Amino acid sequence: MSKGDWPVAETAHIPDEAEVRAKWGAFAFTPATKAKADIYIGRYPAGRQQSAVMALLDLAQRQVGEETHTQGWLPVPVIEYVAQYLGMPYMRAYEVATFYTMYNLAPVGRFHVQVCGTTPCMLRGSDDIIAACKNRGLVKGATTPDGLFTLTEVECMGNCSSAPMVQINDDNYEDLDYDSMTAILNDLSEGKQPKIGTQLPGRHTVEPYGGATTLHAMVDKNHDYRGEW
Amino acid sequence: MSLLDKDRIFTNLYGYQDFGLKAAQARGDWDKTADLMKVGQDAIIEEVKASGLRGRGGAGFPTGMKWSFMPKAPTPERPNFLVINADESEPGSCKDREIIRHDPHKLIEGALVSGFAMRARAAYIYIRGEYIFEAKVLEKAVAEAYSAGLLGKNAAKSGYDFDVFVHRGAGAYICGEETAMIESLEGKKGQPRLKPPFPAGAGLYGCPTTVNNVESIAVVPTILRRGAAWFKSFGRENNAGTKLFQISGHVEKPCVVEEAMSIPFRELIEKHCGGIRGGWDNLLAVIPGGSSVPLVPGPMMMDVPMDFDGCKEVGSGLGTAAVIVMDKSTDIVRAISRLSYFYKHESCGQCTPCREGTGWMWRVMERLREGNADVSEIDTLFEVTKQVEGHTICALGDAAAWPIQGLIRHFRPELERRIVEAKGGEMLEAAE
Repeated sequence: MSKGDWPVAETAHIPDEAEVRAKWGAFAFTPATKAKADIYIGRYPAGRQQSAVMALLDLAQRQVGEETHTQGWLPVPVIEYVAQYLGMPYMRAYEVATFYTMYNLAPVGRFHVQVCGTTPCMLRGSDDIIAACKNRGLVKGATTPDGLFTLTEVECMGNCSSAPMVQINDDNYEDLDYDSMTAILNDLSEGKQPKIGTQLPGRHTVEPYGGATTLHAMVDKNHDYRGEW
Repeated sequence: MSLLDKDRIFTNLYGYQDFGLKAAQARGDWDKTADLMKVGQDAIIEEVKASGLRGRGGAGFPTGMKWSFMPKAPTPERPNFLVINADESEPGSCKDREIIRHDPHKLIEGALVSGFAMRARAAYIYIRGEYIFEAKVLEKAVAEAYSAGLLGKNAAKSGYDFDVFVHRGAGAYICGEETAMIESLEGKKGQPRLKPPFPAGAGLYGCPTTVNNVESIAVVPTILRRGAAWFKSFGRENNAGTKLFQISGHVEKPCVVEEAMSIPFRELIEKHCGGIRGGWDNLLAVIPGGSSVPLVPGPMMMDVPMDFDGCKEVGSGLGTAAVIVMDKSTDIVRAISRLSYFYKHESCGQCTPCREGTGWMWRVMERLREGNADVSEIDTLFEVTKQVEGHTICALGDAAAWPIQGLIRHFRPELERRIVEAKGGEMLEAAE
């Protein structure tokens, strides 16, 4: 089979260790991140602060993102910092960072384009979405030379009734086709914010396209059905 | 008889109205919650048992019975915990997302009532990392509930102290398995634990824990308000209630919809999805319950009642009621092979049969897709799926094996055709 047809895990290039340490060795949470981190830690019983490692790695990745104007990643010194913050061995934090797919172990671009390619999206045309990305110069597992787009094919994102979909940064774009995907990428590269959610005109969320078959009374106003029980 | 709007539990399913506390209360949530709890913990468990509610996360285990396994007298050093599974990652499933982003107060009220019934100190809602917007909505709703006195000390003036915490995942399908979820909540890799001990004995932080799906918990307040008999009046015996169905793939209008259990497949599709793309004759196959269950050829599926027993009778399962429809334009081998890739990607790597098997099965599936194989390899593949199935700590191995078994069972001629064609041969036709 050819590698290009399938989402074979293309591991992105991790920068040189000495360089990374020089750049990120002094990483520390900003006061704003720290405040959030302590809220997360407070959700777990005393002595169980390790439970917050996933939340803190996410916060750290977001802070790295802010500092680099990208979607962020987790350089080793940053993982070390998080481990130290929680009083856990570095290796335990590193295991978590490598186990879960949402932690980027290599730098990504300003927009992380995550196209769902699993069967429900595939049946609705995710091949066209990937083609739209490729046609715009995006390459799976790599960042475009202008640093704008990193393309990743991801597994089911749970938007199957409004497939195909893409998650770009924190936003989902659903009911896509080749043209709407191209338009979204164009908008983003021009600094415009595309419409989030379904791209089908007139569709609200996951009701049948063309109008809900149930719960009509809810469309225009908040209906209380209890009187009909 | 079809389900009426007044009997639908998730009235804001499509998010036409606000998810916030005020709007939710106007729809009937958080209405005298303390009175629901006044009947006592065992009475709630009995009511849920009587309602016939079976777990909505896929396995269909009776919810009330699960709760009754929890210790009746937990100590402060070893409290009970409720963990709510919102790690919805099964390909095809997209119902919990709608509950969380459009009706989160049903879930939070359910957490309080169910947590009280199982004598839990707190609930952790484990939401999948990719649901970023949904997690924000949920956090907001939880904060609203706290400031209205519905959670925390003396929650909803019931005299019971109860906390609800949101925990975000970070992109691992396996964390939907209950013991992997507990590991992940403890801040570790999400690798499933051996059972026993079962979570009800030793779960989160070694304390008694029950893990329930979002939908199972969110329907509880309505069941208590309207009574077990009301809930049981929908669906066939042993398959009670209403259910969120998620239809994706080759229907005219994919959607999420709440329907009565046991609705026939054809009626579900006709009524809500505008039929099969290209008409009913164009239906090739259906995966009725999310990627983990075997596919069923279209003609076999038509009149199947969409419930646990109905899907089981055709050699599949209801799973999460994530109905993936495939018409005759589908490359069925690729569709299943893509699922094999999914399981290869999501295997946690702990058990050898799954770690090695999922990759091996995917590679063979890819060769079968192109016909670049020998006919005898179909049998070898089937045999290997049988060696993966049942030989792993959790059910991911089974889930990876079943779609392939379903394909071989029902579409073997298609696999053979590709092999013969790739070799330049012609399929022998039966003499007319």
